[in-house]
Amino acid sequence: MDDLLQEFIAETRETLEALSGEIVAWEAAPADRARLDAIFRFVHTVKGSCGFLDLPRLARLSHAAEDVLAAARDGSRTPDTALVDAVLGIVDRIGAVVEAIATGTGLDDSDDDALIAALTRTETASVAPVAKVAVPSRAAPRSIRLNVDLLDRMMSGMSDMVLARNELARRLRDSVLDPRVEAALDRLSLTVADMRDTVTRTRMQKVDGLFSALPRMVRDTAAELGKAVSLRIEGSDVDLDREMIEMMRDPLVHIIRNAIDHGIETPAERRRLGKPETGQICVAARQSGNQILIEIEDDGAGIDVARIAAKAVASGVHSAGEVAAMTAADKQKLVFEPGLSSRDTVSTMSGRGVGMDVVRANIEHVGGRVALDNRPGRGLAITIQVPLTLSIMSTIVVAVGDQRFAIARQSIEEIVKIRGDQVRIDPVGAVEVATVRGRRLPMLPLGRFLGVGPAEPMTLVIISTRDGDYALGVDDVLDTEEVVVKPAAPAVMGSGLYAGQTLPDSGLPMLLLDGGGLAQAAGLRFHREVIAASEDDADEAAIPALLFDDLDGCRRAMPLGAIDRVEKAEAAAVHHSGGRVRLVVGETTMPLHHVDARALDRVTVGGEIEVLRLTDGEAECAYAIAAALEIIQLPADIAPSPGDGTVLGVAVWQGEPIEILDPLALFGGTASGAGDHGPLLCLLDGAGAAWMDRFLRPVLEANGYRCAVQAAGDEVPAVRLMMEDEPLPEDASGAPVVRLRRERNAASDADSVYRYDRPALIAALASHARRGGR
Amino acid sequence: MPLFLIARIADQGVVFDADQVDSVVDIGEVVAVPRAEPSVRGLTALRSRVITVVDTRLALGLEPTADHIRRAVITRQDGHYYAMLVDALDDIETFETRPMPHAPPREGRWSRAAGGMVVRDGEPLLVLDLARLVPPPAAAAA
Repeated sequence: MDDLLQEFIAETRETLEALSGEIVAWEAAPADRARLDAIFRFVHTVKGSCGFLDLPRLARLSHAAEDVLAAARDGSRTPDTALVDAVLGIVDRIGAVVEAIATGTGLDDSDDDALIAALTRTETASVAPVAKVAVPSRAAPRSIRLNVDLLDRMMSGMSDMVLARNELARRLRDSVLDPRVEAALDRLSLTVADMRDTVTRTRMQKVDGLFSALPRMVRDTAAELGKAVSLRIEGSDVDLDREMIEMMRDPLVHIIRNAIDHGIETPAERRRLGKPETGQICVAARQSGNQILIEIEDDGAGIDVARIAAKAVASGVHSAGEVAAMTAADKQKLVFEPGLSSRDTVSTMSGRGVGMDVVRANIEHVGGRVALDNRPGRGLAITIQVPLTLSIMSTIVVAVGDQRFAIARQSIEEIVKIRGDQVRIDPVGAVEVATVRGRRLPMLPLGRFLGVGPAEPMTLVIISTRDGDYALGVDDVLDTEEVVVKPAAPAVMGSGLYAGQTLPDSGLPMLLLDGGGLAQAAGLRFHREVIAASEDDADEAAIPALLFDDLDGCRRAMPLGAIDRVEKAEAAAVHHSGGRVRLVVGETTMPLHHVDARALDRVTVGGEIEVLRLTDGEAECAYAIAAALEIIQLPADIAPSPGDGTVLGVAVWQGEPIEILDPLALFGGTASGAGDHGPLLCLLDGAGAAWMDRFLRPVLEANGYRCAVQAAGDEVPAVRLMMEDEPLPEDASGAPVVRLRRERNAASDADSVYRYDRPALIAALASHARRGGR
Repeated sequence: MPLFLIARIADQGVVFDADQVDSVVDIGEVVAVPRAEPSVRGLTALRSRVITVVDTRLALGLEPTADHIRRAVITRQDGHYYAMLVDALDDIETFETRPMPHAPPREGRWSRAAGGMVVRDGEPLLVLDLARLVPPPAAAAA
């Protein structure tokens, strides 16, 4: 707390000095809006800081001044000389009190009330002259504020020193060394290393320094407002540039105060809404590539967008027409406009929404961004994103060809050597797919992509980005290194591949790769993990499938889930026997399906054919193709095509109809499901029946089932389809039950399948229905 | 009268405004920057700073500079340091600038960075604006 107090004093002194000019100018022209704003911001900041430093006297003074200034700002009071004098009296008193705190001496507070009373007087006459307080001599400051430029120069000098020491050591090593020289060199090295740590620390601070004051502030603020709030803090050990921390301090305080005051409801209200009485605020810091993200999330009421919009119209910031034309997101952003607040009454705590415009200005000043995620009634998440520039970063150094690159450690999930069975790489059209312990990832061979190393990658670095994970193929992983990252020249950054540049101890510049940028530049596509939270998500549920050119020249697609690998086979491995075509792989043979026998003959003349190897977990078969193209996301709405047994349906992809093959039909040799006794009845049962009827029926019918929501008469369904957590009805006719899961990632078993996993569903139905039929 | 640094690029005598020149050095090892703007030869370290090395000839639309050329003019533009490779450096002198003659530049895109000319011992020297030699941000590689 002492540190914070010292900082507050230093900051207030500084602002007061800077403000003195503004004050004089304001005196001359009381109606000047810019000056008014500057002084308003000053008292507002003092008020904010006082709140959490527990300085009630300053808080009272600044709050009073703020009220009057706010009235002047929204036009309900004309700034006249009396008002100016009174406000200046308060500003002077704030200065005096701050000096008194600094020296630890007391200051008579008997005439504070007179000063505050002077604010409310409107006549120009008879303003009591403000008693000048004799300012005692200043205390010697215990902390100093340094210009960051100076620290920069110190840091740069330090790096020079390290390089010079390295050079010296290299040269000395060439000759036979006098032990005394060696000892001196060692000492120098130690000192330099030590110095370097210290100098580095002058710039860096754990973000904890920013967070440590929050618990107390939250407690006090919540207590004052009669609310119950619990605060969770995550990622306190993230390092952040000192300058950034300074810049983030006020915005963070403002945001959290807003969250408590405007966001979190009173315990009674929360009870009524069915929320836990204690509101939650979570503050989390994390490093994401070259950005630091600070997220402040609450579970309160969120922003009342309609009221904000109405306020904007009422205060004349925007016309009604303008507001009406805004999107919901634009309306949300109105909270960042000066002078707008969603709150009708003003409290000592968060004031009038002035916070948010200051917040945004502060953050944008350091090149950051603020994003809102408003969930009306459920809370608000504010994400502050500031660049990592000048932050120390922990990186992994990789080698490709004769070049080295750094990759932020946070973005690396895993590093695997390409050898043995753990990792397999298969070409799939233009891209390659790495399979790491059963997990398929798009692969980006860095050397080939950058044109610096023709060699095949030896090591995979699995990089996680916002869109998904992928495997970056490199020659080798060399080292970990802590580096200071700076932005590179625009011509370098413009390529989108790099997050910055750094000068490691080797003395050779090194580029920091931007994992997300690389994936984007290489055009990698990810299968987004679909979190099936609600049924509306059905539209987004997509099935990954491999698009390929078939032997007959058509483009077709095969669900990726069924494909084990794509490989080339020798033409000699293709055998015709008994009217069937088989493919010899090692010591086994498997059926080789194809679209057209003559086309198959044509391609086998070439000596080599490309095949899709399919597996359903037990049996294997192959499908001959002309060329694999790429992995695509099939839309969920596939038009069923009951006609041809091997075609599951037709989906439109990039404006073209694509036939989707049914892997099950290939395994069965004929279309699955439909036997000689007419289509099997699949009963869609339970509360999820409507959803199934809408989404699953086409697929089921395409696979030869009849679907019904209710069994007709005494007919026994071949299989019953239900959501996972529903009880079996009383009259369950003994038909086998297949359960549908809402989560993709639950452990899979034969009786429950993820509801969007079409191939698995069909397979499960097929196995159960057969069982039931017998 | 303004002070100019006289240099030679692809047999053309050129001058740089001395105010734009931070220093003149022989650069060390250059680390390539794959897929950056073509005129970016790479990065090098100079006094613990990372400097972007620019192939001045390419930036002017000429043939690339030979690999062995290491002499460079260091300039600071928008907070970044650039090393502009030159074939040779001559001297520093003051000149009176004159507007460009109307004759079109001999080849390439000299005109892109040319900001006038000076005459030294009867030889016309092109005034090159270092700020205009700074490579533009490359379009994100597709």
